[in-house]
Amino acid sequence: MKVLTANRLADGEAVWYANGGWAETIDHADVAHDKAAEDRLEAIGATASANNEVVDVNLIDVTVANGVVEPVRLREKIRAAGPTNRNDLGKQARPEAARAA
Amino acid sequence: MYRYDEFDHDFVQARVAEFSDQVTRRLAGEITEDQFRPLRLMNGVYLQLHAYMLRIAVPYGTLNSKQLRMLGHIARKYDKGYGHFTTRQNIQFNWPALSDIPAILADLASVEMHAIQTSGNCIRNVTADHFAGAAADEVADPRPYAEILRQWSSVHPEFSFLPRKFKIAVTGAERDRAAIQTHDIGLHLKKNAAGELGFAVYVGGGQGRTPMIAKKIRGFLPEADLLSYCTAILRVYNLYGRRDNKYKARIKILVHETGVEEITRQVEAEWQELKDADLKLPEADIRAIDAYFAPPALADRPEGDEAVKLARLDSKSFSEWLDQNVVTHRHPDYAAVTISLKGIGEAPGDASDSQMEAVADLAEKYAFDEMRVSHEQNLILPHVARADLKVVYDALVNIGLATANSNLISDIISCPGLDYCALATARSIPVAQEISLRFASLERQREIGELKLKISGCINACGHHHVGHIGILGVEKKGAELYQVTLGGSADENTSVGEIIGRGFSSAEITDAIEQIVETYLGLRLDRNEKFIDAYRRVGPAPFKEALYAGEAKAA
Repeated sequence: MKVLTANRLADGEAVWYANGGWAETIDHADVAHDKAAEDRLEAIGATASANNEVVDVNLIDVTVANGVVEPVRLREKIRAAGPTNRNDLGKQARPEAARAA
Repeated sequence: MYRYDEFDHDFVQARVAEFSDQVTRRLAGEITEDQFRPLRLMNGVYLQLHAYMLRIAVPYGTLNSKQLRMLGHIARKYDKGYGHFTTRQNIQFNWPALSDIPAILADLASVEMHAIQTSGNCIRNVTADHFAGAAADEVADPRPYAEILRQWSSVHPEFSFLPRKFKIAVTGAERDRAAIQTHDIGLHLKKNAAGELGFAVYVGGGQGRTPMIAKKIRGFLPEADLLSYCTAILRVYNLYGRRDNKYKARIKILVHETGVEEITRQVEAEWQELKDADLKLPEADIRAIDAYFAPPALADRPEGDEAVKLARLDSKSFSEWLDQNVVTHRHPDYAAVTISLKGIGEAPGDASDSQMEAVADLAEKYAFDEMRVSHEQNLILPHVARADLKVVYDALVNIGLATANSNLISDIISCPGLDYCALATARSIPVAQEISLRFASLERQREIGELKLKISGCINACGHHHVGHIGILGVEKKGAELYQVTLGGSADENTSVGEIIGRGFSSAEITDAIEQIVETYLGLRLDRNEKFIDAYRRVGPAPFKEALYAGEAKAA
């Protein structure tokens, strides 16, 4: 399973593709379960990149537990949460953002 | 310290205007990321895991209070309230919006700072001994030469697209505190028998995936020939350095593959063409730059002896800080102070906005408005009257920056690692924090003595692990972090590259392994005066391997 991630051009914020837009948290990102869905996400990423909405677009491996998306690699876990030595920074510091998404 | 002249001001302002325009065009979609990337990198803007990162140059690590206050202001206004001091004596901000960067650069320019050439395949910030101008053991201040190199290398048309990045360091003392032998060019400022100033020139040092110690290619280069000789080195490198493979593109590989004798011959031949031309430094120009670095007028403050003696009796913690973080100054009534950015359990090199402002206040009041960033990621007040040490100490206690651990095991160099860096393969900061907490007792740290521990979160070695007495390299193996340990590295006048001691350790095991190594050293050292590195050089890796892995061999 994969989701589409990138950084927003203007402020660098890590974002994930969800519900037709770019969300600031990974929780409810659109999950590709097969190659066709991956291709669709990849095309969306290429368009968003060409439109200068986001940069550094990547498909990343995830698992889904209880409807919540969780990255596989530590690197992506840290991107999705924030620095592990500073719980006051990054997404993990914004419970309201997590709830809203 | 150096003050911008009209040319410098115009140059930096022009660059701010140019890059601001490039950012505007990027945000408007007029240029693509592929077009923009090299432009932003030339201005110190990276894209990391969570956000953009801005790396700001601190030339040879020298700052005044106005500049440090501005860095505090930037941390508060545009970032998340802190900055990270780096091993190139620079500072990085981890969270700036691209759209704010033009405003940040304008603020920096107002205090004679910029982010030019903090990335890219060009000559990077020239580093120098952080005790320059204060050290009792230096023959002359190395910073005027670093400044001459900075002026020469800034947007140098011939050297802006080198095969790879290029780093120069200068020291003015026999005791090398600038790690010159790990640099592309290392310069050791010295005097010859006639009392004239010049340099021993080292070439081809570096870390990364292929660590190399620089080779001395000239015993004495007259100061007037500094630029012509460096130009000759850069020309040979620019011509023959590899551009086909990023991992073999540094000058260290060229020196290694060509051989010292041949590379020396090539450099000397090139230099013969250049040495008597317009790159020869006129004596008056050198002295004019020198004048910018004239030491402050240090009035005699003989009351310091008595004041320090009394304060020592009064406070054990002050006394310990004095022993660990305060070093001899060339003026007997003064001292150079290391402000540790390695509080126990803290992220190495990080300082908050209010800490930066408070240190700036201290520098203004008690240290002739001068500070340094050390390549070991600490701040330095180079000139403090001994009579003022107690009041400086008390102020540092108030802002949580009085940890008395300079050169001890918790004075760790660490790269940002996987918590921030897009290239990292493992985390470094949490490992540094855990080791620091394990050895939290300063009494225990002092008993262990000088021990340089350095951590990198990937093979690029930004955390200088190759030259740590104990080095830790974090890699990713089968999806998990694995930490490889090297022993016996050193980055001083006796530079050595550490040796891998054996299989790596998981994040849960690494702190125990480090403790085991330290205990092994304590058990085998001849006496308290035999430092870790000296003991390691005497006994070699065997006792440490035995302590770490013997159980496994028997079990197998």
